Amino acid sequence: MQEIKTVGLVKKYKNLTAVDKLNLEIHQGELFSLLGVNGAGKTTTIKMLTCITKPTDGDAFVEGYSVTKQSEQVKRLIGVSPQETAVAPNLSVKENLELICGIHGFSKEKTQIRIKELSEQFTLDAVLRRKAGKLSGGWQRRVSIAMALISEPKILFLDEPTLGLDVIARHELWDMIRSLKGKATIILTTHYMEEAEALSDRIGVIKDGKLLAVGTVEELKIMTGANDFESAFVSIVKEGAL
Amino acid sequence: MRMLTFAKRCTKEILRDPINLAFGLGFPLVLLLLLSSLQKNIPAELFDIDTLTPGITVFGLSFMTLFSATLIAKDRESAFLQRLYTTPLSGFDFILGYMLPLLPIAIGQTVICYLFAIPLGLTVNINIIYAIIGIIPMAVFNIALGLLCGSIFGVKQVGGICGALLTNLSAWLSGVWFDLKLVGGFFEKIANVLPFVHAAEMEKALFNGNFELVWAHILPILLYSIFITAVAVLCFLRQMKKQ
Ligand SMILES: Nc1ncnc2c1ncn2[C@@H]1O[C@H](COP(=O)(O)OP(=O)(O)OP(=O)(O)O)[C@@H](O)[C@H]1O
Ligand SMILES: [Mg+2]
Repeated sequence: MQEIKTVGLVKKYKNLTAVDKLNLEIHQGELFSLLGVNGAGKTTTIKMLTCITKPTDGDAFVEGYSVTKQSEQVKRLIGVSPQETAVAPNLSVKENLELICGIHGFSKEKTQIRIKELSEQFTLDAVLRRKAGKLSGGWQRRVSIAMALISEPKILFLDEPTLGLDVIARHELWDMIRSLKGKATIILTTHYMEEAEALSDRIGVIKDGKLLAVGTVEELKIMTGANDFESAFVSIVKEGAL
Repeated sequence: MRMLTFAKRCTKEILRDPINLAFGLGFPLVLLLLLSSLQKNIPAELFDIDTLTPGITVFGLSFMTLFSATLIAKDRESAFLQRLYTTPLSGFDFILGYMLPLLPIAIGQTVICYLFAIPLGLTVNINIIYAIIGIIPMAVFNIALGLLCGSIFGVKQVGGICGALLTNLSAWLSGVWFDLKLVGGFFEKIANVLPFVHAAEMEKALFNGNFELVWAHILPILLYSIFITAVAVLCFLRQMKKQ
């Protein structure tokens, strides 16, 4: 079974079609990157898959559960790091992490264990007691991503996770994402081609809400006859459907 | 349990905002102090501390509307609430989580008002307890109104509508500052259709032990509380769906 499957997924805002009859299949345990220029419909797709936005038409299935009719089941499986940093500003970093654990019904012991693990992975120890809203943008970002991971989701959505991170933090996050490979299915969006290339098992390119191409980095390079991945991406987007 | 986790977060968010505390607690207390000292110089029955305090506690509730509306509007404008929409929290977890924390805060505010009024000459008797319990239906009305405003307005609008308009409405139309009968006419009619004056009168009746007067006032308050809560729940769920 496909971990995620979208069937004719459509989202319209008035007369703008943000996502247009999207048919996508993502396998269990793979890291799938969704690439596309600004406004291509990546975030809108993620919002539908994570039950925030209702599709105008079509449906999507997460582990077989419909995002429109079985959102309760879907929400138990997923972790989301939204494109915009999403932390509770007046809570400390630790309280933010505890909040998510509490919502997922973790016991006190498990919560403490997870917080310890995550603060090691994200080197959050120094900021655990500080108010999240008072941290620098990059640090808020780390907290926001840690909040997505802390519930040990089977399916992880990372919408431009490395936006605003410094080089070191970015490489650390890459390592962390790699360490999750195989354990969780990951859907990632990014504007950094080297990031997509370094991390993805497969890549989907969308433009104006339509899926233009899907494949591994190598497949997309062969498809377009490009030498490097960035040129492959550019020619897919510029020439439209292949 | 999930709901309580979220409610805990909302409590922290509200209580950690110093402006909230300054206004919500400070303003009613300052009014109590001002008006009761005014009364010492220009005796007016209305500003007698035993009449004034129950009215002020009702006025103080309008800050509960402001608090809850501001918190919800802020949450809606940040990605934080969207993130929570992807978690197993249900619509009712959110609604209860936003509303519950404000109830003890409202009761706490009422208690503090009465305690503060004691050194100013308040008559101390068992009726204070009844007045404190009696404030609950009106507190629910104010809190639900906050949920409603927070679900349909943005942060700036909430500041204007709940911060300025509502606090004034509840002040003018509650008969705390002046006797509505003296103004009479249309103004009095409007005031009687709205719950504010009923809440103030009911609190005065409870505090002064005139329990037979309570029934005429509690009915409109209950109706308003139930009606506004229902509308607020619908509006919140609708905005949640309409992301
Ligand atoms: N709530 C909304 N109301 C109206 N239009 C919207 C809304 N959300 C998104 N859109 C529109 O849908 C289109 C797709 O937006 P989306 O955010 O999915 O793009 P994206 O691929 O994530 O872009 P970016 O790389 O800039 O994040 C855009 O044209 C955007 O203006
Ligand atoms: Mg986006």
